[in-house]
Amino acid sequence: MATGIYTPHSTSDVEEFPLSARLHEWLVTVDHKRLGILYIATALFFFAVGGILAALMRLQLAYPNGSIVPPEVFNRLLTMHGTTMVFLVGMPFFAGLANYLTPLMIGARDMAFPRLNAFGYWIFLLGGLLLYFSYIAGEGLAGHGSAPDVGWFAYAPLTERAFSRGTSTDYWILSIVLTGIGTTTSALNVVATIVSMRCKGMTLAQMPLFVWLMLVVSSMVLFILPPLTAAQIMLLLDRYLGSHFFDTQAGGSAVLWQHFFWLFGHPEVYVLMLPGFACASEIIPVFSRKPMFGRAAMIGATIGIGMLSSGVWAHHMFAVGMTTSSNIYFAVASMAVGIPTGIKIFNWLGTMYGGRLRFDTPMLFCVGFLFQFLIAGLTGIMLAVAPFDWQVTDSYFVVAHFHYVLLGGLMFTLFGALYYWFPKATGKMLNETLGKWHFWLLVIGFHLTFDTLHFAGILGMPRRIYTYAPGRGWDTLNLVASIGVIFQAAATACLLLNIVWCLRKGKPAGNDPWDAWTLEWSTTSPPPEYNFAITPEVRSSRPLWDLKHPEDPDWRYE
Amino acid sequence: MTPTNAMNARGVRQLAQSEWVLPDRGRVAVLCLMVTEFALFTIFVVAYIFYIGKSLSGPMPADVLELPVWATACLLSSSITVGLAERALKSDRAPQFKLWTAATILLGLEFMRNTAVEWHRLIRDFHLTIATNLFGTTFYSLVGLHASHVVLGLTLLTLTLVLGLRGNMDGQGRRFELLAWYWHFVDGVWIAVFTVVYVIGR
Repeated sequence: MATGIYTPHSTSDVEEFPLSARLHEWLVTVDHKRLGILYIATALFFFAVGGILAALMRLQLAYPNGSIVPPEVFNRLLTMHGTTMVFLVGMPFFAGLANYLTPLMIGARDMAFPRLNAFGYWIFLLGGLLLYFSYIAGEGLAGHGSAPDVGWFAYAPLTERAFSRGTSTDYWILSIVLTGIGTTTSALNVVATIVSMRCKGMTLAQMPLFVWLMLVVSSMVLFILPPLTAAQIMLLLDRYLGSHFFDTQAGGSAVLWQHFFWLFGHPEVYVLMLPGFACASEIIPVFSRKPMFGRAAMIGATIGIGMLSSGVWAHHMFAVGMTTSSNIYFAVASMAVGIPTGIKIFNWLGTMYGGRLRFDTPMLFCVGFLFQFLIAGLTGIMLAVAPFDWQVTDSYFVVAHFHYVLLGGLMFTLFGALYYWFPKATGKMLNETLGKWHFWLLVIGFHLTFDTLHFAGILGMPRRIYTYAPGRGWDTLNLVASIGVIFQAAATACLLLNIVWCLRKGKPAGNDPWDAWTLEWSTTSPPPEYNFAITPEVRSSRPLWDLKHPEDPDWRYE
Repeated sequence: MTPTNAMNARGVRQLAQSEWVLPDRGRVAVLCLMVTEFALFTIFVVAYIFYIGKSLSGPMPADVLELPVWATACLLSSSITVGLAERALKSDRAPQFKLWTAATILLGLEFMRNTAVEWHRLIRDFHLTIATNLFGTTFYSLVGLHASHVVLGLTLLTLTLVLGLRGNMDGQGRRFELLAWYWHFVDGVWIAVFTVVYVIGR
């Protein structure tokens, strides 16, 4: 078959080496594929850990006057859950996908800077381990207590030495700075790879959408992580050298941290979300058997999101008491982000419209994503309306909204991506039946938990409370939300079981199990260390289509 | 020959003839580094501007700061010498390369010496530390952040000079260019810091 032309004739099998040698290979590797797998495996590990923290919180909140964990432990749970999910799950998923797929999709043999790539992973892992090391080593309020308990956005001056004694907050700061360094090096590497390493013939116009979106995300990371790093440096200076950046008693500002943090924090939501969009933009066309509808509009909308998202940060701060004109500006700007996002949703729907849809597990997750992300976007527009935001700020409505974005939107596409590219990375298919169990259990659990939390929020339930009195109308809603966790845990168990089982006994995948069109499917599964036996040459945005259909290639029409 | 076939043939010829040249990855990476460093400095500059005149106690910038004209002249002219070093290396004139690199290092060291003298004066004579007031907080963090970048640049330049003295820099003009870019960037940031701290903030 024509697809085989870039595949090597034989692949060396590492299985013959003893275990210690194989582990050593993983430890010293600079191969983008291995580092990508390390990133994603680490992300899945922390996803399970963060999920356990969330389950403990839901257990505590399942009924009024719950007494499973004391309040100070609850504060640590919510801080560690948020920090873990954003910095140790979402970010490494981005880095892992970008690492694994970008060189393969652009026909390159590795990233631009392989050793920098390895550095990025290990410094990220150090940051993650440091965060959890605080459970052992950190000293909290009055000597007892350990892990950070300041919330994932850690508002100064509450994080100043006067209010957050001990070292747990320092673990949080250092961990964020280290993972930030790791992510920045990844982003720099991805940009350099995409700009400088594309195979012959791949112009920017012909780059796969996944690569385009990764280029935008990585450029954003370069801009948006420094505000966070700068704020952390200032906080460390405050805590250890007695400076006064956030010290109100010396004239410092209590709001400045919020501005710096959200200047990072809001674009960060898109940095987390765009890799999800990137995966959906590869999966939906392949399973609709059509090229992407409105490719140029998709790229334009992505760049639009990248730019707009940097100017909307203070919609997280409506309750702070800004001037009316600031409120109006940030409300309007936040709603404006809905326009490019809406364009994307129409692009995906337009791709599916009239297509020959195949509902394999990757596609199921993407369809789930479309529905849930739409709702997440609509509640986002509601929250952008400042007067409405004042009513529900810091309530469970906000919690439900951003879990719709990050679990219902992002994680669904990432799971889809896992089912889609697992065959490429391992040479084994994931089991479809377990995959469908994973999907449907997760859908049921997700909606049980987060649909109900919207109502709890509208009924006035504040976020971050460790318990509540009975009879406020929140009891049933919270119980239902907690029951949903059982389904979500079962779904995650299906996924882990599927991975472990199929790594050993999975059906062999072949080079191109989905009949797809991008270059990674033209080499073997798993690809050899050098990716392609001969470096490819492309002439359209679907190079494998051209190879499979020499009588009707794409480049005639592009 | 049908029109489509003619088009195909033309397409194939164009691709075969055209050179496929993409930007140098080192340059792209250093540009990315500059973007991210630029954003980092921006936040510290914003904090500085935000806190101008908000200190609750003295000393104030107007009382203690002097225009660092000599230091600025040294740092800015070091941009010229590093450029000359780059040109010398690219045209294989090793002695000139070593000379201009050494001159760059000396100018950078002179800049750092001036900063040291200034900080010493501020700390000893005016008792201004990072913990004194908001001016001290923002001044030492912004100027210190810049100084740390100068120190990093000086370290790299010294390393380059040592390699150059051992004859290991021959033909490395493209790599030295990236270091020169970084040094220009550090100089450019100083212009911003100078303007904000010593002109606007005083």
